[in-house]
Amino acid sequence: MTETALLLFWPALAGYTEAAVAYAGDTVRPGRLVRYAIWGVRLGWLAQTALLVAQAASADGFPWGTWAGSLNLFVWMCVGAYLIWGCRAPFRLLGLVVMPLAAVLLVLAWAAGGVGEPAGSQFGDVFLAFHVGLILAAFAAFTLAAALASLYLWQERRLKRRTPGVLRLRSPSLETLDQLTGRTVAVALPALTVGAGIGLARLESEGAAFDAIMGLTLLTWVVYAAFLVLRWEAGWRGRRTAYLALAGFLLVVLVRVVLTPFVHF
Amino acid sequence: MPLVLVGTSYQRAPVELRELLAYDPDLRRDALGRLSTDGAEAAVLSTCNRTEVYGVNPEPRELEERIYGELAGLSGLSHSELAPALYTVTDEAAAVHLFRVAAGLDSMVPGEAQILGQVREAYEAAREKKTAGPTLHRLFRQALRVGKRVRTETAIGENPASVSSAAAELAERVFENLEGRRILLLGAGKTADLTAANLISRGVGEIVVANRSTERAAGLARRFGGRAVGLDAVEAELASTDVVVASTSSQGFVLSAPQVARAMKERRGRPIFFIDIAVPRDVDPAVIELEGCYLYDIDDLERVVAESVAGRREEAVRAEAIVSEEADSFRAWQLSLDVVPAISSLRARAESIRREELERAEGRLASLSPSQRRAVEALTSQIVAKLLHQPTVRMKEAAAGADGILYADAVRHLFGLGDDADPARKPRQ
Repeated sequence: MTETALLLFWPALAGYTEAAVAYAGDTVRPGRLVRYAIWGVRLGWLAQTALLVAQAASADGFPWGTWAGSLNLFVWMCVGAYLIWGCRAPFRLLGLVVMPLAAVLLVLAWAAGGVGEPAGSQFGDVFLAFHVGLILAAFAAFTLAAALASLYLWQERRLKRRTPGVLRLRSPSLETLDQLTGRTVAVALPALTVGAGIGLARLESEGAAFDAIMGLTLLTWVVYAAFLVLRWEAGWRGRRTAYLALAGFLLVVLVRVVLTPFVHF
Repeated sequence: MPLVLVGTSYQRAPVELRELLAYDPDLRRDALGRLSTDGAEAAVLSTCNRTEVYGVNPEPRELEERIYGELAGLSGLSHSELAPALYTVTDEAAAVHLFRVAAGLDSMVPGEAQILGQVREAYEAAREKKTAGPTLHRLFRQALRVGKRVRTETAIGENPASVSSAAAELAERVFENLEGRRILLLGAGKTADLTAANLISRGVGEIVVANRSTERAAGLARRFGGRAVGLDAVEAELASTDVVVASTSSQGFVLSAPQVARAMKERRGRPIFFIDIAVPRDVDPAVIELEGCYLYDIDDLERVVAESVAGRREEAVRAEAIVSEEADSFRAWQLSLDVVPAISSLRARAESIRREELERAEGRLASLSPSQRRAVEALTSQIVAKLLHQPTVRMKEAAAGADGILYADAVRHLFGLGDDADPARKPRQ
């Protein structure tokens, strides 16, 4: 199993890295490298899908119950979410944010043993599948929302500064980026709510202690809930909501990458 | 057969002369008829920037003279008056020229898109009139392919080349599209008119015209199917407007930052895009500091256009490579035509031998059942086809090189095919 997984890890990493480099090159000479970037994403994602399938096939229970394993799954979800839009011409620039992040996190997951033999967990499979799966799906969507918000701020800055080359790189309109950020958060927040709710219910039934990760996850929930409320009720749009989406994403990074390996697992 | 192009373009002839040499669809149909009287192939490309006549005939000098006569007849000018403005290009150079034209590389603005449709029209007209033979069919189809390839494989046509289209594309970077959007025109001048026309072509919903002279405002509003208001109503209109095009001749700002700030409060975060093409400017530059406000004045727009045209020129280098690749393919096809008659004669000879031998063996085959006879037919046909396959492929390959005609001659000599099958055959230099 370990050999098969490693065999699939490298093409996945190669695909994501190649895509990240090609997207960066495409900003220098627009239109030339983007095709290679898109194929890098697709092939890398297929290789990682095969890797996850191989892990699932050889596992006794939920295969991604460890921090590193869940990071592996998280990267796959982020790239999968990106694939929905990223292959369309105006959204190519999202790859500049998503693909380097995916490559780095995948290496991190590999270094921590998340792409090899799945480790067992003390928790039940169904609980883990819902709790981990839903929270990771929400975090992946928040990552995508942060990429959309970054692209919004970058594009808005260029339009405000009246950069002469503003039209040379294709990118979606500010209106589209703003709407997509809003919709992505609107889809992700219920997933986080249910995923975190399942975790809290379990905590309650077992009488376990409330840790820092749980506190930060709730804070993340509050930020994104505020994002939606301010959008719908106070008419917040554009730059302000983009900053709010990025603030929420900082908490996601804190929870997912910085604290989780030490506190929650 | 030799390909001849005689024509003129904005690079050689002023607009006064180009007007005289322009063909409308009826004139073009008549011209095609006159040019193809002896079975010559002909096509006429006529746009506001160029008139070009393409022809294919065994006698290129005679065809060139006929095209000169045609253009002289159309313009009413003498041969000597026309000659300095006309260019004549033949064979591969003529093909490369048409490929460059279709790619937009010979246009005033590199990558201009309209020309591809005009090349298609020229081809369709020749097809309808049945004046496009094998060479022009191949030439124009390939030219259309070059045009498409250049536009899909390079970014030559992606960015705007005029102030009005730059303004519209910038607006589309703020809003997803302009369909159903509300436009406020401040002033009713010529530039506002052009910009408004560009925005309307992108599907804007409603146009409101505000001008000091309500009469002129009403006139422009009528033309665009909008409504007219006075300048005092502008602030109220801002609350529901998406794009403002300002071009009044006012000496001061028509829209101040506090006015816009008040309107923005009512807009609940919805952005607004200002295109200020007036000199002196109509919109207070401080508006750019307001959240959700985007402002481009005439200098900003001209800088965007300059950058965009520079980008098109960079892409033109890649487009030239595509043209060169396609020109090689066209040359190979033209050369392969030299061996086609030899191949046809060889196949015809082989088929006649097969038939003769079958007839000679008729007595011995009489006892065969119909299905057995069909099997013998199929078997002999297969043997002939397989024997000739390799020489055919080799001859076509050799045709792309300089010695292709030697191969064709060798085949004729070895199989005793004679020259009568290819009267137009001439050795290439």
